[in-house]
Amino acid sequence: MAKGDPGVTSRGRRAAPRSKRAAAAGEPELVQLLTPDGERIESALGPDGTEYRVDFTDEEYRGLYRDLVLVRKLDAEATALQRQGELGLWASLLGQEAAQVGSGRALRTQDMAFPTYREHGVLYCRGIDPIMPLGLFRGVDQGGWDPNEFKFNMYTIVIGAQTLHATGYAMGVAMDGKTGSDDGEAVIAYFGDGATSQGDVNEAFVWASVFNAPLVFFCQNNQYAISEPLERQTRVPLYRRAGGFGFPGVRVDGNDVLASYAVTRHALDTARHGQGPSLIEAYTYRMGAHTTSDDPTRYRIASEVEAWRAKDPIARMKAFLTKQQIADESFFTEIDEQAKAESVHLRERVLAMPNPEPVTMFDHVYPNGSPELDEQRAQFTKYMESFEGSAH
Amino acid sequence: MATETLTLGKALNTGLRKALENDPKVVIMGEDVGKLGGVFRITDGLQKDFGDQRVIDTPLAESGIIGTAVGLAIRGFRPVCEIQFDGFVYPAYDQIVSQVAKMHYRSQGKVRIPMVIRIPYGGGIGAVEHHSESPEAYFSHTAGLKVVTCANPQDGYSMIQQAIASDDPIVFLEPKRRYWEKGQVDVDAPLAEAYPLHAARVARPGTDATVLAYGPMVRTALDAATAAAEDGRELEVIDLRSLSPLDLTSAYESVKRTGRCVVVHEAPGNLGLGAEIAARITEECFYSLESPVLRVTGFDTPYPAARVEEEYLPDLDRVLDAVDRTFGW
Repeated sequence: MAKGDPGVTSRGRRAAPRSKRAAAAGEPELVQLLTPDGERIESALGPDGTEYRVDFTDEEYRGLYRDLVLVRKLDAEATALQRQGELGLWASLLGQEAAQVGSGRALRTQDMAFPTYREHGVLYCRGIDPIMPLGLFRGVDQGGWDPNEFKFNMYTIVIGAQTLHATGYAMGVAMDGKTGSDDGEAVIAYFGDGATSQGDVNEAFVWASVFNAPLVFFCQNNQYAISEPLERQTRVPLYRRAGGFGFPGVRVDGNDVLASYAVTRHALDTARHGQGPSLIEAYTYRMGAHTTSDDPTRYRIASEVEAWRAKDPIARMKAFLTKQQIADESFFTEIDEQAKAESVHLRERVLAMPNPEPVTMFDHVYPNGSPELDEQRAQFTKYMESFEGSAH
Repeated sequence: MATETLTLGKALNTGLRKALENDPKVVIMGEDVGKLGGVFRITDGLQKDFGDQRVIDTPLAESGIIGTAVGLAIRGFRPVCEIQFDGFVYPAYDQIVSQVAKMHYRSQGKVRIPMVIRIPYGGGIGAVEHHSESPEAYFSHTAGLKVVTCANPQDGYSMIQQAIASDDPIVFLEPKRRYWEKGQVDVDAPLAEAYPLHAARVARPGTDATVLAYGPMVRTALDAATAAAEDGRELEVIDLRSLSPLDLTSAYESVKRTGRCVVVHEAPGNLGLGAEIAARITEECFYSLESPVLRVTGFDTPYPAARVEEEYLPDLDRVLDAVDRTFGW
């Protein structure tokens, strides 16, 4: 443990009384290990009495900071690419970096993730090239990759559908006998606050519970489902829904990368040991639009956004690193330059993405093919060839 | 060759048992498929012999059945999902159409969903509403799904195994009113030698008119052909078997000989399989046709109350009436 880590000196100290912490955070039962001002909290209690703490080296702290900055920069580059007409759409993760990096870094190599269409930060933490999902948003493919190769399922756009896929996959993990030890496999399902109203998500809760699936439901509550605020989805804090389904739920400060890491690692380890599913509500805020097609000024006020800006996940990490002398200005400059270089590299590769040949639309409809499609493909090819040499 | 006399239901049960024996990755999941053996007993005894990890009683939620089966398939399993009745498949419609059907396509072939969705379908058993529907057109219209239906015990036995062995996602429609009809089944023949899954088959050769049918209507069409023969008219009956893709090769050949074609299905006529089949027959056999292709179908109403379903469902007389009309053109 590095010098300057508050975890060393305060280890073993009991967390502050829950009532006091709740008042300080302004939210009920919010697990937090790093305040918006960059003050380190040694440990925090979850609603079921679980004590959360992290034990990072200085290098690991700096690594988390690097992740946060890189993920934000790449996301900004994608937004810029959309504005310049190079992507058809982009779903920005701005503001949610800590929830994604914290949970993404908590995954072990053998764990499987089922993302929505906004988990670019988790994807990055899985070691996946950030170019991978951009074909989907550029419109040159449908976002196709092998989930088992990357331990990261394809993006899912139908809200909540992937939570059932994650549940089934997790059932398969258990059926394969891959739980019950430190080497066990766990599965994480990402979704948002809006998705909690979907039948599929509630069915996934039921399934995961009765089959005791090794699964972590990771809900990024970013307060809005496009324009609809949380109040339109629920009358109870989302993490408490878990209780009705028979597994634990916890609300974590989703702008706190350390707490997000701690609660996710604990939940994954519980799952991999065969002790069943749990729900994490990462309380955060979507700083940008739902997607580049959205205009959030129509449904939320600037002061609300400003209040959340004060809780920025990167600013608090930078403040912490600075105060604790874990990193200095040259480090921050180096990271900024690395982020810039990676985003330039990403841009170059997006611009180089070729359009697919039209006839490829007929590919891969069925593993075993279809004579009907073969015929359509042949007719289409013949039709296209009829233009060769003409004005078309 | 060891043939046994089996009902369609028992033939399907025997085929499922073979599939469970042959591949440890095959899992059966659905409501009441375990101890009860399914409400039609198609999975009778399988959980007892293969355990509750292979034959899984699920919570009562159809989207959950299909959605979790997608995850199991990504994990490498081959799920065989039972939807209890045709009218209860719709809660799973999104998962089937948006997820199951598209995974292979959008992954550019990297993800296979070798799933079979078994659905007892069709009417004729005097059931209450939502228990007698024919949803085949919804699924046949969806690219990425294949749709097949068996009409007799031999096909039930071999087609269910072929569907499970296929890497394509397949909606497997079982004509519930034919579950108790018996036939000879060769239970020892290798699957590789079975009649191809996605091929139509001439069920009765004839020379005067062609009747195309599938699932529960094959028996009806054959009965009509028997009756027509007594009047000196030979109907060729073709069991389509595969609804997506459609195999109309034998139908084209037949209609070019007979010049007359009648398509029969229980589902409502409007935008049903019969419409697509009639269009294709017309495109392929235009100069051979002596009359338009006629359809004998359920009406464009919700499935009616059981006491009038006999009038709703195509029967021998309505098939013969349509055949007569092709001759009166």
